[in-house]
Amino acid sequence: MVWQIDPLKCIQCGNCATRCVLTPSAVKCVHAFAVCGHCRLCFGYFQPETTHLHEGAENQLCPSGALMRRFIEEPYYQYTIDEPLCFGCGKCVKGCTTFGNGSLFLQVRHDRCVNCNECAIARSCPADAFVRRPASQPYILKEMPTA
Amino acid sequence: MRPSTPHRLLAWATAAAAMAQHAFGEMRFPQPDFESGYTPPATPSPPPRAWAWETLDVAALGLALLLAAWLVLRRRSRTGVILLTAACLAYFGFYRKGCVCPIGSLQNVALGLIDPNFAVPVTVVAFFAMPLLAALLFGRVFCAGVCPLGAIQDLVAVHPIQIPSPLSEALGALRHVYLVGSILLASLGAGFFICRYDPFVAFFRLDGKLPMLLFGAGLLLVGVFVARPYCRFLCPYGVLLGWLSRLSWHHASVTPAQCIQCRLCERSCPFDAIRFPAPPPSRASLERGRRAFLFLLVLLPVLIGAGAWLGFASSPALGGLHHTVALSRQILMEGAVPGTPSTQASDAFRASGRAVAALHEEAAAIGHRFAVGSALAGAFLALLFGLKLLALTRRPGRADYETDRALCLSCARCFRFCPVRPGGEVPPEFLTPEKQTHGR
Ligand code: SF4
Ligand code: SF4
Ligand code: SF4
Ligand code: SF4
Repeated sequence: MVWQIDPLKCIQCGNCATRCVLTPSAVKCVHAFAVCGHCRLCFGYFQPETTHLHEGAENQLCPSGALMRRFIEEPYYQYTIDEPLCFGCGKCVKGCTTFGNGSLFLQVRHDRCVNCNECAIARSCPADAFVRRPASQPYILKEMPTA
Repeated sequence: MRPSTPHRLLAWATAAAAMAQHAFGEMRFPQPDFESGYTPPATPSPPPRAWAWETLDVAALGLALLLAAWLVLRRRSRTGVILLTAACLAYFGFYRKGCVCPIGSLQNVALGLIDPNFAVPVTVVAFFAMPLLAALLFGRVFCAGVCPLGAIQDLVAVHPIQIPSPLSEALGALRHVYLVGSILLASLGAGFFICRYDPFVAFFRLDGKLPMLLFGAGLLLVGVFVARPYCRFLCPYGVLLGWLSRLSWHHASVTPAQCIQCRLCERSCPFDAIRFPAPPPSRASLERGRRAFLFLLVLLPVLIGAGAWLGFASSPALGGLHHTVALSRQILMEGAVPGTPSTQASDAFRASGRAVAALHEEAAAIGHRFAVGSALAGAFLALLFGLKLLALTRRPGRADYETDRALCLSCARCFRFCPVRPGGEVPPEFLTPEKQTHGR
């Protein structure tokens, strides 16, 4: 059994970044590319007040510069997470979930997680979003809605 | 149709105004039709490290237990035990980071027994059961050189001092409280407190929160002089191991053959686990013991009743450690006392739109289970205490120096002090009449 976050319950409270027994946290933002709108104005990428949509650090929501984007074609961008930089604060997730498609979400990364018998984040998660999963299905990924 | 930037700004504004709850599966911005042939990649999902290791860990645990039993019972080699201790500390401690360990696994098993929805993997059951089985066969060989928590303490215990037996026994009673308390809290879903307050796991991970690091460092510092304080005064699993070790098929003994009462081992055990020879009790003291025994036997139900009542009385406090109960109390408090600051959890609860009545109902049900569970736990602790008192009234005589099977960690330290050779021959200097009378 391994720990995982149910992305539908997570409220991006910020505890994931601070409560993990590891520093940086084993929780990272992940991207369900198939659900992403590939928007030029990404609600997870830019600060809410930003008017100039360029990649300057002062415009970015991510405090560690972990969310990166790559131009695909006008007006679309691909957003990826530099996992070693991400510390799971969920700021981008909040932006994306509140205003966008919700394709960015937090997951326990099992290449890092040491699988504590009692996950220290689970214990402090205000939304009760942590669940135990069989090790053969360790992720709860968002998928393309079947319309 | 492709939404362009102004549309999105508009969407942002309206969404911000409405703070709409995002329903999963809803696409505010549909996936574009890419003209450049781009297809979105899959979400990277690295497999758990833990998975493949679990079976190997069980095998390593079994092997280490057998090796420990062989080193202690056959080879009687302290050096071998030290090497095994170091190896297990390196593997189970620093390499595998100490999770899940047999000590913590008792909570998984307890919760699994009470809550049918909580799956306990076979490997965790194996971790729980194998050291217990080993204790039933060979004594606490798990503690001797396999347990990483014991190992880290054992290696720092360089200058052990003897502490008075009554103090050691009184502190040792803490383990029972910890055992019963953690089983209660784990099985009723309040959390795994043994893991939460594991003092050494932060060292194994070389990462952790400051209070736990300080607690662990403090224990290690104390442990230089008072050997293995966690094992002797806190470890809940050690209680179970001790119970089974009492019945063990083979158990480590100070002497390889026949004790000659030379007294050399008297101060060799840093854990106060060697029992000294005692003359058989006199007729008068036997009579006194019998009367005390009967008196305590009559008192036992009273004691158990008091324990149950104490447990019941502390159940509101214990129940408060369950997050559902805590949340329900917080919500009630916020309603009753205006101006109570809300918590992350109460905000999250309100935002989730769940019914308050259902929450209170669930909390009440949990509170009820805590009332029953705490009373049972209190009664059980009182029973243990009563049995201990009863045992104190019967002190049988003992001819030789013997290990206390419940407390002996089979560390093999005392073996070195015994001059008797494995074949039973005694070095000549210990055969002088003077020495023999000295040892009675
Ligand atoms: S602690 Fe829970 S609610 Fe907070 S960010 Fe992590 S999963 Fe989300
Ligand atoms: S199980 Fe432990 S390492 Fe993994 S996310 Fe939780 S606290 Fe972090
Ligand atoms: S905003 Fe936070 S969660 Fe998102 S990528 Fe940056 S560090 Fe990770
Ligand atoms: S008493 Fe507990 S902590 Fe100490 S060695 Fe035994 S199982 Fe490990």
